[in-house]
Amino acid sequence: MQDDQNPILTLRDVKTYFPVKAGIFKRTVAHVKAVDGVSLDIYRGEVLGLVGESGCGKTTLGKTILRLVEATDGDITYSSKNEKTNLAGLNNEEMLPFRKRLQIVFQDPHSSLNPAFTIFGSLQDPLKKYGIKSRKERRKIIGDLLESVNMRREYMDRYPHEFSGGQRQRIGIARALSVEPELIVCDEAVSALDVSIQAQVLQLLMKLKNERNLTYLFITHDLSVTEYICDRIAVMYLGRIVELCRAEELYSNTLHPYTEALLSAIPVADLDKQTKRIVLEGDVPSPVNPPSGCPFHPRCHKAIDVCKTQVPDLKSYNANGAEHFASCHLIDLPETT
Amino acid sequence: MTSRSLNKKFDKILAREEAGQLSSKGGSRALKKLFNNRLAVVGILLFAIILLTAIFAPLITDADPLKIDLRNLSKPPTAEHWFGTDKTGRDILARVLYGGRVSILVGLGSGIISAIIGVLIGAYTGYKGGWPDIIALRISELFMSFPQIILVLLLVSIIGQSLINLMIIFVLTGWGGMYRMTRARMLSLREEEYVQALRSFGLSTASICYKHILPNALGPIMVNITLSTAAFILAEAGLSFLGLGVPASIPTWGNILNVAQEIRVLQNFWWMWLPVGLVICLFVLSVNFIGDGLRDATDPSQQG
Amino acid sequence: MPRTQDVALSVKNLKTYFYTNNRCNKAVNGVSFEIRKGKTLCIVGESGCGKSVTASTIMQLLPALSRIEQGQVTYHSDSGDVHIEKLQRDGKEMRAIRGSEIAMIFQDPMTALNPVYTIGFQIGESLKYHTDLSTKEIREKTIDLLRGMGISLPEMRVDDYPHSYSGGMRQRAMIAMAMSCNPKILIADEPTTALDVTIQSQIFELMDKLKAENETAIMLITHDMGVVAELADDVAVMYMGNIVEAGTVDQVLRHPVHPYTRALLKSIPVLGRGRNQDIQPIAGSTPDPYDRPIGCQFAPRCKHRIEACDVMPQEVTFNGTQRVMCWRYKEFLPDAG
Repeated sequence: MQDDQNPILTLRDVKTYFPVKAGIFKRTVAHVKAVDGVSLDIYRGEVLGLVGESGCGKTTLGKTILRLVEATDGDITYSSKNEKTNLAGLNNEEMLPFRKRLQIVFQDPHSSLNPAFTIFGSLQDPLKKYGIKSRKERRKIIGDLLESVNMRREYMDRYPHEFSGGQRQRIGIARALSVEPELIVCDEAVSALDVSIQAQVLQLLMKLKNERNLTYLFITHDLSVTEYICDRIAVMYLGRIVELCRAEELYSNTLHPYTEALLSAIPVADLDKQTKRIVLEGDVPSPVNPPSGCPFHPRCHKAIDVCKTQVPDLKSYNANGAEHFASCHLIDLPETT
Repeated sequence: MTSRSLNKKFDKILAREEAGQLSSKGGSRALKKLFNNRLAVVGILLFAIILLTAIFAPLITDADPLKIDLRNLSKPPTAEHWFGTDKTGRDILARVLYGGRVSILVGLGSGIISAIIGVLIGAYTGYKGGWPDIIALRISELFMSFPQIILVLLLVSIIGQSLINLMIIFVLTGWGGMYRMTRARMLSLREEEYVQALRSFGLSTASICYKHILPNALGPIMVNITLSTAAFILAEAGLSFLGLGVPASIPTWGNILNVAQEIRVLQNFWWMWLPVGLVICLFVLSVNFIGDGLRDATDPSQQG
Repeated sequence: MPRTQDVALSVKNLKTYFYTNNRCNKAVNGVSFEIRKGKTLCIVGESGCGKSVTASTIMQLLPALSRIEQGQVTYHSDSGDVHIEKLQRDGKEMRAIRGSEIAMIFQDPMTALNPVYTIGFQIGESLKYHTDLSTKEIREKTIDLLRGMGISLPEMRVDDYPHSYSGGMRQRAMIAMAMSCNPKILIADEPTTALDVTIQSQIFELMDKLKAENETAIMLITHDMGVVAELADDVAVMYMGNIVEAGTVDQVLRHPVHPYTRALLKSIPVLGRGRNQDIQPIAGSTPDPYDRPIGCQFAPRCKHRIEACDVMPQEVTFNGTQRVMCWRYKEFLPDAG
C-alpha cells in the first residue's frame, strides 16, 4: 500500500514545451505544450495510473520524469530517507545514480529490444555500466531476472525475433528490473499485446511489485485496466491534470465532466452494464493552440461562461474521506485546504 | 484467380507442407534468401573467379606484363599468348590478370575506406543531431559537389599521377555518399524504443550509436559498399582510359583499354580491347548482382 | 441454418492459404458464417487468428502470394447470387461490386487515404466510377455525405487534403467514401483501434445510424470484447483460422461454451467490476502458424483437453443459431451446471 508520509517523486508545475520551427531561419513560431503545468506526488509503493487520450501529454510526462525529454520548467524532486534532489537541474554525470532508481518499460514489444543482439547482449550493458564486471556474474543475474519474469534462463542466448510479443514485453520488464529500480514508468506497457496476454503481463507486474517493493507510474488510455491494478488515478487532458483521486473514487464519484464522458465512452464487455454514451462533440484539440480558459470547455456538455475565460485550478476536495483533486468550476463540494 | 503458374507453385508447396517436409530450420534467413537468388549466386561465382585469377596471376601465366617484346608486336591470340600481344609486344593476358589486381584494389579499397569514414561520421552525427550534424552535412555537401575529373586533373598536374593519389581522390569525393546513407538510417533508428531504453540507463552516446544501433544499419551499408566498388572500378577505368589515372607503367584494366581510343585499333586489333572490356563488364555486373541480392536478402519487407 | 431473405453474404467452408517464403500458412482454414441485412456481425479474435484475412478474401484483396483454396463466398445481390470466389481478382465484375455493393473501411485512417489528393476528389472517384452522375452532382453528393457523417463546414472541407483532417475526421471521411454508393455490405476492419475512445464512440453512433437508415449489413472485425458487447447483433469468435464459436451476441457473451471464448472473457478486466475481479490469463501463447498443432488449435492451451482433441472437432449447431467446435461443449452449457 502507499506510504503517505513519503512521496518518492514530487512534481511541481512541470512544463514540457516543444518548439515549432518554421521559415528559412527555423525560427520558433509556436510551442507544442505537451505538458502544461503538472503537479503531483507519487508515493512509495503505490500504483499511480496516468490516463488520457492521444495528445494529452501522458507519455511526455513519463519521459520527462526520466529525463529522456527535458522539462522546460518546474521541479522533479526525488526523495528518499536521507536526501531530496531536484532531478531537473542535474547534468548527465549527476543523473547517473538516479537512472538506476527510475526505469521505464515501453509499449511496442517489436522495437523495445535491439534486433541485432541476443537477450544477453541487450541486457548486459546496463549491468556493466553499474559495476558488474564479471561476465559470469552478469549471466547469473540475467538468468535470475528471466526466471523472475517466468521465462527460462536459456532464452538469454536467443534473438528477439524468436519471441512473441508477450514474451518480449516480459524481457523488457526484466531489463528494467536489472538495475534494481525503485520506480518503474510503465508506458502503455500492455496496450500493444493481445488481450489474453495482457492479463499475464499485468499479473506479473503486480507480483514483481509486491516482491520487490516497487512503485509504478502506469500510463495508459485503457480505464478498464486501471480499475484493476491502480491505487490512485490521474486523468490528463491537454497537458494538465483534470482529476486525481483514489481508483474506487474515480469510478463511483466522478467529479470532472471529461472523466465522466471518458468512462461512458469505453465499450464494456458486459451486456448487463451497457450505459448511455455521452458523445463528445468535435475532436481532441491540438496542444499547439489550446483553448482559452478551461482546456476542455469547447467539448464540455456542462460548460458555463466562466469556463471560457478562466483556467480552473486543481483543487483538493474531501470526498468520502480521501483526497480528491479536480480542476473544474462546477464542483460544489467543500474544499480541503 | 491466380495465374496457372502460380497455382502450380502453390500446389507444390502445399503438398510438401502436408508431407511435413518443410520446416523453418535455424540459420540466417538472409543468407538463405541470398543463395536462393540465382543472379546473386552467379554474381558471387563470377566475382570469385575474377578475383582469384587476379590474385593467383603468377600461377596462371608466367609472362611478365611489363616485358616488351619487339619481335611480337600486335600479334593476335595464339597458344603462347592467349590474349595476343599489344603494340609493344606485351602479353595481354598477363596485363589483364595483373591489371585486375590494381583495379580491384583501387575499387574495393576506395569503397571500403570511404565507407569507414562515412559510416563513422554519419553514425555519430546522425544520432547526436544538432550542430555536429549540421556542420557535417555542409562539409559533406562541399566534398560531394567537387567534380571528380577536375579534382583529378588538378592533383595530377600538381603532384603527378600515382595510385595513392587516385585512391585519395576517390575517397574524398566518395565518403559523402556513405555518410548520407548512414545518417539517414540513423535518423530513423534513433527513435526506436530500445534506443530510449539505453538512454534511460545513462549509456554514453558513442556506445549507443556505434555498438548498439550501427549493427542494425549495416544491411544497406554493405549493399552500398558493393555498389560503390563497382562505381570506383568504372571510374578508375575511365580515368586511366583518358590517361589521367594510374601512371601508364602500371597496368590496370583502364589503361589497357587506353589503346581503344584509336579507330584503327578498334577495327583491326579486337584482342587488345575486347577481352579487357568484357572482364570489366563482367566484374561490374557480378558486383551489381551481389549487391542486388544482398539488398533483397536483408530487406525485411520483401515478400517471397 | 435456414437461408432466409435477409442474408446479404454467406461464406461456406472458406479456406485461404498464404504462400510466402516458400511455405504454406493456412491462415483461414474452414470458416462459415452469414451476414444479415441491417445487422452487425462482429468477428472477434486476437492477432493471427485470420479475421483480417477473411475480410480481404471477401473483397478479393488478397496479396499476390495467396489464394482461396476452397469454399464459397456468395453475395446475395438484388439480381441474384454472385459467387465471389469464382471471380477474377481485378476483373470487371469484381471491381463493379467492390465499392458500390460491398465496401470496406480500414484500421489506420492515416495511411488509408491518399495524401496528395483532396478528400472530395477521393470520395468523388468512387462515385465517378460506379454511377452516372455529372461532375456537379458528384460534388453535391460528396458534400452531403460529409455533412451526413458529421463533418462541419463540409462545403469548405471537401477541398481539404487528408493531412488537415484529424484522425476521427479521416475515419469519417473513409466511411463517407465507403457509403457513397450505398453498399449493401460494409466491412470494417478494426475501424476504431487507432482512435481515441471518445472519438470511437462517435464512430459507433455513426455506424448505428447507417444500419438503421440504410439497412446496411455490417461485418465488424475487432479484438475488443467491449466493442462486441456494444455493437454486435451476431458474433463469431476466431482462433487460428477457425470460428470456434458463433451465435447471437446474447448467446455468446452470456453463455459461451467454447473453452477459448470462456477463457477470453475471463481474462479481460471489465469496467465497473472493481479491483477484486478475478482475472485469469490464458496460459501459453498462440502457436507458430507454420508449426500448428494437429487437431483443435486451442488444445495445447486448453484446461479441458482430452485425447479426442487431436482430431479437429466438428462444428455443432444448437440453440437454433449458436455454433461451436468443441468435443466437450455439452459440459459448458448453462443448464449442465
